[in-house]
Amino acid sequence: MTTFVQQLVNGISLGSIYALIALGYTMVYGVIKLINFAHGDVFMVGAFVAYFAYTGLHLGFIGSLIVSMAACALLGVLIERFAYRPLRQSTRIAALITAIGVSLFLENAGIIAVGAQARGYPDMLPGSPFQVGGVTISTKQVEIILLAVLLMVLLQFIVHRTKIGKAMRAVAFDQDAARMMGIDVDRTISYTFAIGSALAAAAGVVYGAYYSAVDPLMGIMPGLKAFIAAVVGGIGIIPGAMVGGLVLGLIETAVQSFGFSLWRDAAAFALLILILLVKPEGLFGRHAREKV
Amino acid sequence: MTAVVDARAPVSSKWNFWILLLGALVIYGVFQVLIDQRILNSYSALILYQMCLNVILAVSLNLINGFTGQFSIGHAGFAGVGAYVSAVMTTKLHLPFPAAVAAACLAAAVAGLVIGIPTLRLKGDYLAITTLGFGEIIRVILINMPYVGGAAGMTVHRETNFAWLYFSALLTVVVIANFVRSRHGRACIAVRENEIAAEMMGLNVTYYKVLAFTIGALFAGLAGALSAHTFYFIKPNSYGFLQSFNILVIVVLGGLGSITGSILGAVVLTLITAALQDYPEWQMVIYSLILILIMIFRPQGLMGTKEFRIPFARPGGRGNGHVAP
Amino acid sequence: MSLLEMDRVTCAFGGLKAVSEVSLRLEAGELVGLIGPNGAGKTTVFNLLTGVYPPTEGRILFEGRPVSGQSPWRINHMGIARTFQNIRLFGDMTVLDNVKIACHNQVRYGVLSSILRLPSHFRGERQIEEQALKFLSLFRLEEKKEELAKNLPYGEQRRLEIARALASRPKLLLLDEPAAGMNPQETQDLMHLIGFIRKEFSLTILLIEHDMSLVMGICERIYVLDHGTVIAHGRPEEIRSNPKVIEAYLGEVTS
Repeated sequence: MTTFVQQLVNGISLGSIYALIALGYTMVYGVIKLINFAHGDVFMVGAFVAYFAYTGLHLGFIGSLIVSMAACALLGVLIERFAYRPLRQSTRIAALITAIGVSLFLENAGIIAVGAQARGYPDMLPGSPFQVGGVTISTKQVEIILLAVLLMVLLQFIVHRTKIGKAMRAVAFDQDAARMMGIDVDRTISYTFAIGSALAAAAGVVYGAYYSAVDPLMGIMPGLKAFIAAVVGGIGIIPGAMVGGLVLGLIETAVQSFGFSLWRDAAAFALLILILLVKPEGLFGRHAREKV
Repeated sequence: MTAVVDARAPVSSKWNFWILLLGALVIYGVFQVLIDQRILNSYSALILYQMCLNVILAVSLNLINGFTGQFSIGHAGFAGVGAYVSAVMTTKLHLPFPAAVAAACLAAAVAGLVIGIPTLRLKGDYLAITTLGFGEIIRVILINMPYVGGAAGMTVHRETNFAWLYFSALLTVVVIANFVRSRHGRACIAVRENEIAAEMMGLNVTYYKVLAFTIGALFAGLAGALSAHTFYFIKPNSYGFLQSFNILVIVVLGGLGSITGSILGAVVLTLITAALQDYPEWQMVIYSLILILIMIFRPQGLMGTKEFRIPFARPGGRGNGHVAP
Repeated sequence: MSLLEMDRVTCAFGGLKAVSEVSLRLEAGELVGLIGPNGAGKTTVFNLLTGVYPPTEGRILFEGRPVSGQSPWRINHMGIARTFQNIRLFGDMTVLDNVKIACHNQVRYGVLSSILRLPSHFRGERQIEEQALKFLSLFRLEEKKEELAKNLPYGEQRRLEIARALASRPKLLLLDEPAAGMNPQETQDLMHLIGFIRKEFSLTILLIEHDMSLVMGICERIYVLDHGTVIAHGRPEEIRSNPKVIEAYLGEVTS
């Protein structure tokens, strides 16, 4: 029982990291129907920016987190502006290939900039483990979950209560109609990338703090996993990404706790394939028909 | 001397095929002599081998991505299947190499069939990510198989030479070019162009997608078997999605839907890779920039959907001809 | 036995009924019009007939065999071909190849014989080319056979689409607004052509058209669809004076 609760907490904290990354995927997919392959690498950049802000500038956890989120928001906007925007009228496959290109670029430019070796991440989230009814819970896990919940609440507020959120929903629904209603589509898309990338940065920082190591290729797997989470929840649907992230985190932790840790990645991909074959619109999605 | 002529024209005289075949044999002869006389050192020869392998991988991926319009990014996974099946055949079961190659092709084709049937219902980016997922699952399975060395990989005997590689690449090109320029290939292109219209015109769209996918996988398996027995060491991580992306870069650079483009792309990319051998991260940065810049400025790639042809073999003849490298 | 029989067919998307209890019957050799205001469900009827959507209720019989539940390509093999309201050509293929695709199932040779270039491949390709050229010349497109379909002017794209549909040798041809975007002269020519191919290939044709005068001019019978149901059917002169039809079209521009 205690191991179960222990694993449950592990699963939720891993899941909330996936959920944070998945939100960026799903928001971008919602507005421009593109799988932003580079999203996982923005997550990596976020982890590194905070690393340097913390160790070099001694900004502390909150300060480093904010610097990292701001830097990645800018990075996201730049990626969209220079790599994706010229291709907005092209085929989706062209955009997808470009996204793969941006992803490879960030990974390898990262290797050139900071080296391929993993480096130890500073213990940004201090605090000793505590016991609740025989279950050991680390303060880190609680902090990660709290931060994720806080950011998601903030995101819900932005999407549903602010003008830019309204514009984002309008662009996601029908880009041309939104433009005709006087919405600045380009700016809205930029904001979407900014917000999504900032969330990925936050996920990168807590991921680094949780696993105590970062490297330039660290974004690949979590990025793919978060994409799977977004698809599981129904891509383009914000609550879906959160639930999908948690589901994936729990499944992975379960697979691992049954002693199949080497099969973790395969389990995630199997989940993706299963959901695409059985319910391709995701848990929360509605089936869309192609017009003939 | 060759010139770029519109490949869409119904192909001309049968001469085109024989002239190109003759050219391919001359090229083979020249390089074989260069290797035999040690004018090309063993390192350069290895580059040449890699080039042949990349031609096989790129042309076969182009059949799926370029001609049939199904976006697969798990191609290296099929090469992995081929590499491991053939390696087990030769090193564990002590079967002759040609039998191992045949088994590798068959196994990869079966893998393509099994993966293709459920996934090819998906479109565009979903299909892409699913093929990537399958490629990764193949890799994870290999890592978890102690029989074939797990993550550490396994050693294989050297069984190939330049002739093996070159003529395998030539065979791949001829088979896929002949396929593409037939009623079946035309059906695949129609599926790419407009799936709904293709289906309404009586084409069994699923059949053609799965067919293209299976043929593509078969030749990826061939490349895998050859590479295992050329570089005599295989490990699961050589067949992950980074390798799949490399093949994709070649196809995109050459032009989605151009066989000669894929050949050209394979030659160019292999040379770039070799030149940047000692700086792998720069090599990948250059690959990624190639991808992005091509998509933005020349999405049709170097060749578009055009092919190299002999200039005096004018279009207008009867029936469909052949293409050779 | 009628060639085509739609028996109280309903097609619902979620709660919305795009087509509701539509019954329709075509006899061999007829030319029948299907008209109705925008959003009446005309194209949905075509999509049901060609297997794009399965009917939610009701059944469709073609030559006494069920169409519902079959995949679109099988329905084409049974003998139904169509054109599209928003043209769907194979844009990056040549005009000739577009028609060759439709000959795909008339001339068959195997994958192996094309890879090995056996005589059956060359024989098959020659037959396919002959057939395709025949249809192109019928539609006065043979001079453009090497052009890419996407580069044709609009009117020729429409013609090519009909040629392609016809080359799949259907018994029933469904034309979805074939004259859309054409000028009066082109429309006139097209109508002659439709009349001609109908006789030449002893076709049955079901035609969706917005241009009322055109439909009235050539169709023997007309079905009128509004809000997904058949509100009237009969000979053109009966339709013209039907008060329900006039009401449905009130405010609609009927040139």
